[in-house]
Amino acid sequence: MYTEHSLLLYMESYTTFSYCEEKTLIKNILRFKNVYINYAASTVGKKEYEGPLKNYFDAFEEDEYFGCKSYEEAESEMVRRNLNLLIAKANLDYTDIDLLLGGDLINQCTSTSFGIKETNIPYLGLYGACSTAIESILCGSVFINSNQINKCIAQASSHFCAAERQYRFPLEYGSTRTPTSQNTVTGTGAFLLSAVESNVRVESAVIGRIIDKGITDANNMGAAMACAAVDTIKRYFEESDMKPKDFDVIITGDLGIEGYEIAKEMLNLNNIEMCDNYNDCGKIIYDTNEQDMHAGGSGCGCIASVLAGYFIKLLNEGKIKNLLAVGTGALLNPNSVFQKKTIPSIAHAIHLSSEA
Amino acid sequence: MNYIYAFVIGGMLCIPAQILIDKTKLSNARILTGYVVTGVILGSFGIYEVLVNFASAGATVPLLGFGYSLAKGVREAVDSDGLFGALYGGLSATAAGISASIFFALLWSFIFKSRQK
Repeated sequence: MYTEHSLLLYMESYTTFSYCEEKTLIKNILRFKNVYINYAASTVGKKEYEGPLKNYFDAFEEDEYFGCKSYEEAESEMVRRNLNLLIAKANLDYTDIDLLLGGDLINQCTSTSFGIKETNIPYLGLYGACSTAIESILCGSVFINSNQINKCIAQASSHFCAAERQYRFPLEYGSTRTPTSQNTVTGTGAFLLSAVESNVRVESAVIGRIIDKGITDANNMGAAMACAAVDTIKRYFEESDMKPKDFDVIITGDLGIEGYEIAKEMLNLNNIEMCDNYNDCGKIIYDTNEQDMHAGGSGCGCIASVLAGYFIKLLNEGKIKNLLAVGTGALLNPNSVFQKKTIPSIAHAIHLSSEA
Repeated sequence: MNYIYAFVIGGMLCIPAQILIDKTKLSNARILTGYVVTGVILGSFGIYEVLVNFASAGATVPLLGFGYSLAKGVREAVDSDGLFGALYGGLSATAAGISASIFFALLWSFIFKSRQK
């Protein structure tokens, strides 16, 4: 017979269920009845527009300052413009939106708050590092599913220059980056969610849990995030009737070239056979041969812009029927790196299907 | 020939730094300060003096040269003022270089705006 303590330890290690005080089993997969992504909008910077997905983004800006005085203002301006794009696509007004969920990488998410403040939309700021886009869609889906909110916008953004100043060094310092480092994407993606039927449906989601495997190298976050991605994907497939081959595409947010290979290997070791349908947004947003982007893209804007620009279009047109999007985030800050702490990571997943 | 020696020696002194960036997890800041400390050590034992005499700017321009200036300044100050010289000698010797860095960085910031590569 197991004692309660050893039973909890056993469950933590091997099972997919969590044991709460009321002795009710909490499932890993949240299933939604009537949540749809009606519209999506994406805006990116120059480097992203020079990549392979250039024809899928709605807008781009050559000037990394977006006409502003600082990079942080530039990110706010990018968020503001993209929000306007989304509202225009949907033929709505700001007053039609009941809730905006969003976040970015900058301290206290000021890029988002300054970008959206004129809209007067009720706002909940979120932080999941590079998984913020998926976290926003996940939370938005819960609100829509509850019938408390009619129209919700979920969004996330990042800006290369602003992120460099905060997490590493300002561009003026002129430092070089290691070959394994990733390039923070200058981009944003916004999604309009509601119960109104449209081609793209949010079927289900998995809320990630923090995974820390003791990795300390901030120049190789892909490896740290791969562990979190594997945990979430494993939790999903152990509970779902679907298998990896049932999805047209499975994407992770920004594991980059190194993290992607690590994730594939770890998933195979866990008997989850990923096929050719598995890809990573950090790998596909840039042309690794033509563009000097080291280990690929990263940042909130990576999965946000690639999902909003590329994959939502494919789902809308029925070119893919089932997509599992796993946003991956490294929950570090500059001080934790200086204090030589490890990099805990998290990964949230959503299953999108096409009704087209 | 002096020019050739300057460029060859200067370039060779930069190669270890590139290897450290590519092959190790050392941050740029650690590599730079490592170079300064190495320059101080080589300078204090008189080894770097040989390289400076041979390659002039090729040895003084890289950050090792800054460490060498620090060590030389401390040695000269201690020779003239005793142990007290250890406190001010290094900074006095490198003051011109440090001031120039700050001044020109400020000047360029007035004229130019940073851009992504």
